[in-house]
Amino acid sequence: MTSDSGWVWLYGVAGDGFEAVAGDVAGVGGRPPRTITAAGLTAIVGDVGDREYGEVVLPRNLEDLDWLARTARAHHAVLEAVTARDPVVPMRLATLFADDDGVIGMLRERAADLRRALSVVSARSEWGVKAYAAKPAEPAVAPASQATGPGAAYLQRRRAQLNASKDAREEALASAQAVYAELGRLAVSARLYPPQTPDLAGQPTPMVLNAAYLVANEQAGEFASAVTELATRHRFVQLTITGPWPAYSFVGEGERPGPR
Amino acid sequence: MTETGYDPVVQGEPIALVDLLDRVLAGGVVIVGDVTLSIADVDLVRVSVRALVSSVSALMDTMDEPPRQEYG
Repeated sequence: MTSDSGWVWLYGVAGDGFEAVAGDVAGVGGRPPRTITAAGLTAIVGDVGDREYGEVVLPRNLEDLDWLARTARAHHAVLEAVTARDPVVPMRLATLFADDDGVIGMLRERAADLRRALSVVSARSEWGVKAYAAKPAEPAVAPASQATGPGAAYLQRRRAQLNASKDAREEALASAQAVYAELGRLAVSARLYPPQTPDLAGQPTPMVLNAAYLVANEQAGEFASAVTELATRHRFVQLTITGPWPAYSFVGEGERPGPR
Repeated sequence: MTETGYDPVVQGEPIALVDLLDRVLAGGVVIVGDVTLSIADVDLVRVSVRALVSSVSALMDTMDEPPRQEYG
């Protein structure tokens, strides 16, 4: 199955109008991307060596965070460069073929699916919107006259703090739902990812929304303005917007509009 | 309205690894390629995400202070 030279890494698939990958993008493994054409489609591929990407070593490498990060960024860099110019259906990380014939066979076999996916991503981009619970405001300190001693004052203050943080959490969740629904009206489809843990997200407060939207390019400005407007209206959440992304979240099989 | 919210944070480059991994490990077209990990692929990826969570936690522990963003 393995060839001496290695493997063909598949980044994504474009239509037949696609000409070439811009010259200065370093692909996965530092090898520049190239194209393979068949069935009226263009596969954007790269050559990777068996020593690092072979079927025995690849699973182990995927467990190595540095390797995974480097590879994911290289995969993304190529897709980002090509989607800036042409509609491209991105592949999941680590889609590998033994040789060009394998890619050609796949293009022929999956041509109808790939064309459908191309029409979904055409003139559209993915945007990420996350919401974090805003840091709860310090409750007003109770007037001293109400407290009968330092212990009572402490308990009163503590109760007020707990109530405030519970309210803030509930408000943040309600805001997240409202934001998710409102932005959905400006999008072709939406998808929810599981919230990232605070450690991963690098934020002190919990993530309450991790959404991806597929938005028509001509509506991108309106979408960004809507995020700004929602951010000022919902004070219990902090919103972040990322993008435009290649439409990773909207090309998978069985992908459906709306929340999973 | 006296209530004011927070301006949205526009995250530019470099993109957060965790956002990227959400997408390249759980998104994209899944094609059965020639590498025979194809079917096991999905499981592999889940394992990788678990590895990521623990690795990042370990990484954070070694840092003096994780970057924190204060509000208000």
